[in-house]
Amino acid sequence: MTARPEGLPSEKLPVGGAMRVMGSETEYGIHAPSAPGANATMMSARIIQAYANLTRQRAAGGAETRWDYTDEEPLHDARGWTVERSAADPSQLTDRPPVLDAEAVALAYGRQELEADGSDESGSLLMNMVLGNGARLYVDHAHPEYSSPEVTNPRDIVAWDAAGDLVALATVRKVAADPDLPAINLYKNNTDNKSVSYGSHENYLMPRSVPFGDIVRGLTPFFVTRQVICGAGRLGTGQDGSISGFQISQRADFFEAEVGLETTIRRPIINTRDEPHATADKYRRLHVIIGDANLSQVSNYLKFGTTALVLSLIEAGQAPKIEVHEPVAGLQAISHDTSLTATVRLLDGRRVTALDIQWMYYEAAAKLAQETGVSDSFTGDGHTRDVLERWESTLGLLGNNPAGAASSVEWLAKMSLLDGYRNRDGLEWNDARLGLVDLQWSDVRPEKGLYYRMLSRDRMQRIVDDATISRAVVEPPTDTRAYFRGKCVSSFGKDVVGASWDSVIFDVPGIGKLQRVPTREPLRGTEALTGPLFRKHATAGAFLRELLGLDPAPPA
Amino acid sequence: MAAQEQQQPQSRDVESEADAPEAPPAAPEAQASVATQGVDDLLDEIDGVLESNAEEFVRAFVQKGGQ
Repeated sequence: MTARPEGLPSEKLPVGGAMRVMGSETEYGIHAPSAPGANATMMSARIIQAYANLTRQRAAGGAETRWDYTDEEPLHDARGWTVERSAADPSQLTDRPPVLDAEAVALAYGRQELEADGSDESGSLLMNMVLGNGARLYVDHAHPEYSSPEVTNPRDIVAWDAAGDLVALATVRKVAADPDLPAINLYKNNTDNKSVSYGSHENYLMPRSVPFGDIVRGLTPFFVTRQVICGAGRLGTGQDGSISGFQISQRADFFEAEVGLETTIRRPIINTRDEPHATADKYRRLHVIIGDANLSQVSNYLKFGTTALVLSLIEAGQAPKIEVHEPVAGLQAISHDTSLTATVRLLDGRRVTALDIQWMYYEAAAKLAQETGVSDSFTGDGHTRDVLERWESTLGLLGNNPAGAASSVEWLAKMSLLDGYRNRDGLEWNDARLGLVDLQWSDVRPEKGLYYRMLSRDRMQRIVDDATISRAVVEPPTDTRAYFRGKCVSSFGKDVVGASWDSVIFDVPGIGKLQRVPTREPLRGTEALTGPLFRKHATAGAFLRELLGLDPAPPA
Repeated sequence: MAAQEQQQPQSRDVESEADAPEAPPAAPEAQASVATQGVDDLLDEIDGVLESNAEEFVRAFVQKGGQ
């Protein structure tokens, strides 16, 4: 791969629209109803272990692979400096493997629990996996997290993000089938309504040449307002949810700053973590922490699709020239107003609604897409036109007939269900049953999760069908380096000792030292470039020798 | 949507061999107006899947901090 020349046509995506290298991260809420005091990190490790056991059965030699931490740089700030480790909050130190070794577990939980849990060969619980679909599944703080493989467009992110929900479901089933373990539920939400929030992050690849100040100015008004199309809805207001009522966003009340490096404390609208996971002088990975986790496919699609469009506007210097006065307060005021009439003040003096600002971005994005040709029905990129059309129709509905958006916009879907209960049973907003509806909306089990009950009745629109999502559980995207990573894991799992976003490490019998294959270009390692090599070789040794141009194995 | 696509060849056979324009897919608005019907059915179904003892279940859902 490293021998290929720069700039092959297949390694560039069309510019100006909704195509972009991107990925999602979901931290799941975790709860064992029969063991309410259970340690969340231990439960999360059981979830990862459950998937390791499942994939061992699926792929000969074991599909589970350890994470390689070499290129993690959580303290690099996009504004151009690095935080001293001693000054960082411990939760920011994500570059050290969170392996619970046998001694730590024994100290914390007693040896009996360790033995009952089944540790792997090295005596430590598996906390981190790379999956055959190119994703990462691991314990992040006190939650299991699924990080999707890199994809190139919003339709694929919907598929590979929803695949993570199926992975989560598989682990829940596996744990439930073990009579020695308490059943564990996983929820795709962002708060326990008791002052704790956990994230759903987005990642977008951008050229490093774009000044970070342009990103902050261009994105802030958009992030303050995009919740009206992709908020997941939340019962209760304030970080502890104690003020009754319904609001648009799960996350809005947990944001306290405009720009910053932190993700767990003083959360900022624009996060400055600068870990490119790619060639650092060419790219930055924009790490977005303000979104809600979405089950609604349309909300998820628009969340990624419209953000990708806005990044294209920023890169072209065509983002609307507006600035919101006190954006954190505006973010929360908009979230708290389901009538969509709340206004924020712009620095030019105008007072505008969230929809007004969304229309400004829509108009600018549609204009740029037309100029660059990416939204053309015949010669366009095949994605931008659809994102623009759905964005426009959704904004139109939100302005004229919000009930009409209840089959697509997640907060409206959830609110319609809560309103149904309120009307039928005369419930107040603080009724515990409504709290349960809000929580159980996001249960990953289709028989329990209320989103899935709505989906099964065709009350929620789909972007991708179930077969596509099921395929994405086991198959990587074909058009990014995730293809190479996933295929290495699923084809040569027993010879892969580690992998990360930008490397795969082999330990192959007969090749002396560990072989680290860098994958620092996100649009290489695709099926077009490496598929023939995977199909040609049955063993990791032969595969690696051809890939790296090593001498053929000596005759036995 | 899938059901509509399956029905189209049948209705064409019955009508004529001329290329009749296909019915446009249901607009989101139309889908949603269908969705406003049968709310009672939906709530009845959800009554059956909600966890028992709502108050205790919601109170026990306590998370450690995350990102």
